[in-house]
Amino acid sequence: MIDTNDKVQLIVGLEIHVELATKTKMFCRCRNNFGDPPNTNVCAVCTSMPGTLPVMNALAVDYSMKVGLALDCNVPDYTKWDRKNYYYPDLPKGYQLSQYDLPLCEHGCLEIPLADGTQKKIRVLRAHLEEDAGKNNHEIPGATGVDLNRAGVPLLEIVSEPDMNSVEEVAGYARSMQRLVRWLDVSKANMQMGHMRFEPNINLHITRDGTTYKTPIVEVKNLNSFRSLEGAVAYEFKRQYEEWQKDPEGFSLKKLGKQNRGFDDAKGVTVFQRDKEDAHDYRYLPDPDLPAVIIDDAWRERLRDEIGELPLARRARYIEEYGLSFKDADALTQDAATGDILDSAVKAGADSKRCVNLLLGRGAAIANERECSIADIGITTEQLTELAKMLADGDVNATAANKVFDKMIETSGAPREIAEADGLLAVKDTGQIQQWVDDAIAKNPQAVDIIKEGGKKKEKSFGFLMGQVMQASRGAAPPAEVQKLLREKLS
Amino acid sequence: MSQKIDADVVRHIGKLSRIELTDEEMRTFPGQLTDVLQYFDKLQELDTENVTPMVHAVELKNILAADIPHESLTPDEALKNAPDREGDFFRVTKVLGAGS
Ligand SMILES: [Zn+2]
Repeated sequence: MIDTNDKVQLIVGLEIHVELATKTKMFCRCRNNFGDPPNTNVCAVCTSMPGTLPVMNALAVDYSMKVGLALDCNVPDYTKWDRKNYYYPDLPKGYQLSQYDLPLCEHGCLEIPLADGTQKKIRVLRAHLEEDAGKNNHEIPGATGVDLNRAGVPLLEIVSEPDMNSVEEVAGYARSMQRLVRWLDVSKANMQMGHMRFEPNINLHITRDGTTYKTPIVEVKNLNSFRSLEGAVAYEFKRQYEEWQKDPEGFSLKKLGKQNRGFDDAKGVTVFQRDKEDAHDYRYLPDPDLPAVIIDDAWRERLRDEIGELPLARRARYIEEYGLSFKDADALTQDAATGDILDSAVKAGADSKRCVNLLLGRGAAIANERECSIADIGITTEQLTELAKMLADGDVNATAANKVFDKMIETSGAPREIAEADGLLAVKDTGQIQQWVDDAIAKNPQAVDIIKEGGKKKEKSFGFLMGQVMQASRGAAPPAEVQKLLREKLS
Repeated sequence: MSQKIDADVVRHIGKLSRIELTDEEMRTFPGQLTDVLQYFDKLQELDTENVTPMVHAVELKNILAADIPHESLTPDEALKNAPDREGDFFRVTKVLGAGS
């Protein structure tokens, strides 16, 4: 609990490592494939054989620049590579190729949604490209096994300013970044496959009796799920405040500086990590093997064209153009493909409202079951357009449309053919509907009596008769028409 | 003037490089490394007033390759010169603590 005399502000900056979805590695053309058998995607370059020469992956540079441009970063004319020296078995060269003083992207921002419906801008200090390390296997008794498949996979490190002040803001920023890199199609951003890893820097600014105290900054290493990111930040908030209460003068940034901690997922606590001795003494030096990258306006423009409309711009357009609520517009702009399908259907003449209802109705429900995006359930523009038009023309009612929707996702069939085959087309033949209504009345004299008496149970019985007609038509009768005919007959 | 390399600095560099130094080495290296750095002091004497700082030694730019996979080595080829292996892993001394 926070003492009423204290004003406590949480300060968080976040480093996010994003693995880029290139086919090949950063400096050699071995495959960038998660989950392959150990040491099958390795060559002389990524095993660091003497005398080998790294060559940059052009697509990885493009992908990184796209992220930078989308974050409104400055993508400078000149960028170069440096060696970050440290010794660990998963890094056979003894240095990691990275970017030190001249990164590919700097000074941008990312807008995140807040719970109260407003937005907040989180500043991005820099984003630089580097190579991932290999993987250590600790399951071998008495030794460590090294798999170099991941060594050299392109990694974009995005570093924010310490602009986040709550667990929700940290989560919002991380999720917004995931959405952005997926939108740009530069990373699958799959947490289970380690495509995104987080390292928050956390401390507190506490004001008591007019004096402001700063707690030591804690960097929590290697978090690879949103849950552990949120857990680590929440835990540090509590832990640092309690530590500070015990010793307000001693537990300070000035006295203790920066510390590294790890996160124990099972216990939900951060644990002290013995400072890797001189961990920050990386002795960066320019890499002589890799020439500089010179970027001109033509290059930047080509990538801006490829990026096209960004999520926030599209969301604003949906609210404006299609008259959607913020919530619906936001749900449709979680990825690029879903909105692309919607826009193409509207362009092909479908009614935007009906398309949106279909996508956010059964579409979102199926996506939720499958834990994928709406586009990824496999709906095509043609299917959406046709089904929306059938609804508009009264060829199917809403219930039938949902059935058609499910079946067209299941079978990849055309909506009209499915509706015909399954008898889901609305019956426009009034004579036929009349017949069903007459049958229902004839077979259920009890219900008819109740309705004619006009008592409390009247509406319930009316609903029962409606149901009988709909059942007889196998859902194909237009409900409004059935209701009208029933009321006429029973009044 | 460059930094003087004393025994503490040598021990520090050794630790960073995971190299254990013998007493004999601890006696000879400080002097040798100091000599090397003093040589750089000589270069500092040059007048570079009107010379643009060089950020890179190679006068090439934008050497980029297309993102097309090539054949990698087989695990046996990759592990051929390794001091030790465990299945298809490189086998190294047990590492503890941080890292992946
Ligand atoms: Zn390779």
